[in-house]
Amino acid sequence: MKLRAVIEEFELTVKCGEDKLDEEVGGGYASDLLSDVLANGKAGDLWVTLQIHENIVAVASMKDLLGIIIINGRQPEEETLEKAGEEGIPIMVSKLSAFELIGRLYGMGISGKR
Amino acid sequence: MLKSFRGDLHVHTCLSPCASNKMLPTVIVKEAIKKNLDLISICDHNSVENVEAVRKAGEKQGLAVIGGVEMTSREEVHILGLFGDEKALWDIQNIIYLNLPGKNDRNAFGEQLIVDEKDNIININERLLIGATGYSVEEIVAAIHDRGGLAIASHIDRESFGILGQLGIIPPALALDALELSAMATGNQEKFRQEYDFPFVTSSDAHYVSDIGKSCTSFFMEKVSIEEIRKALQGKNRRRAIIE
Repeated sequence: MKLRAVIEEFELTVKCGEDKLDEEVGGGYASDLLSDVLANGKAGDLWVTLQIHENIVAVASMKDLLGIIIINGRQPEEETLEKAGEEGIPIMVSKLSAFELIGRLYGMGISGKR
Repeated sequence: MLKSFRGDLHVHTCLSPCASNKMLPTVIVKEAIKKNLDLISICDHNSVENVEAVRKAGEKQGLAVIGGVEMTSREEVHILGLFGDEKALWDIQNIIYLNLPGKNDRNAFGEQLIVDEKDNIININERLLIGATGYSVEEIVAAIHDRGGLAIASHIDRESFGILGQLGIIPPALALDALELSAMATGNQEKFRQEYDFPFVTSSDAHYVSDIGKSCTSFFMEKVSIEEIRKALQGKNRRRAIIE
């Protein structure tokens, strides 16, 4: 499944990384601890988090994650978007809570098990 | 005789991930003096390896430099540990490195330069200093206290890596010596002071040269030492710590 399909299904707001939307979603990971994502995130994962600060971009880039979905309608900091633009990491915002969004992503066939 | 020492207790160097490579010992010292500081503390993320260089650079210019470290707990809470002696500082360093997994990615987090007092690069730290240690906040505070240090919760007004942002509360049994407010809390300081019954400091958390001294605390005490700062925080023997 392409990232674009996920964005359309859940009406995510794309904040940056528009040129990466045709990439395939490999799987998903959800965590608000950067160290946990560094330890357990996998390349190609969509990362669901509430964190909005710029270090999430460095983590996503280091782990080759496909993109970051920020939950609860929280807006990423300006520095985060700047850095994500430079690194080419898509950042999207969902109005849903983590529980709701992850449940629906799973229902769509995106798994955390790989 | 009590004197006033204007201090910025939270300054990073070029060793910290995400800090400017211009944060070199002589540059930091020069900027601190320009900003009328008498005292700074070097607190890089999970490493003390540039403390000695800045201290030597400070000695030459009459700036007091306290050795410290900003530790990351497993809950990703930042806690400052300030120490009075070299042995304690390296003791805590060993404890951190025993339990700090991962290798740095220079492109993502910066080069992590280790330098001497003349700003020469002498090594590169390859560890993942941005990462979290395996220790809880309670274990970190205890490890700092066991070595005679002061434990201060970093930038509690900031959601990212601040104790309130990560844990939602300050655990009642946590024996912090002070809470730090960042420059962003200017105007809101009273709110925090009313809500939390702890001594407070304000500091810059400078990652860039111009940020040094952006926010600081005046310590009324006899001389610069960990014990005097402790008394100032506690308001003992007429000593005081006054946030700006």
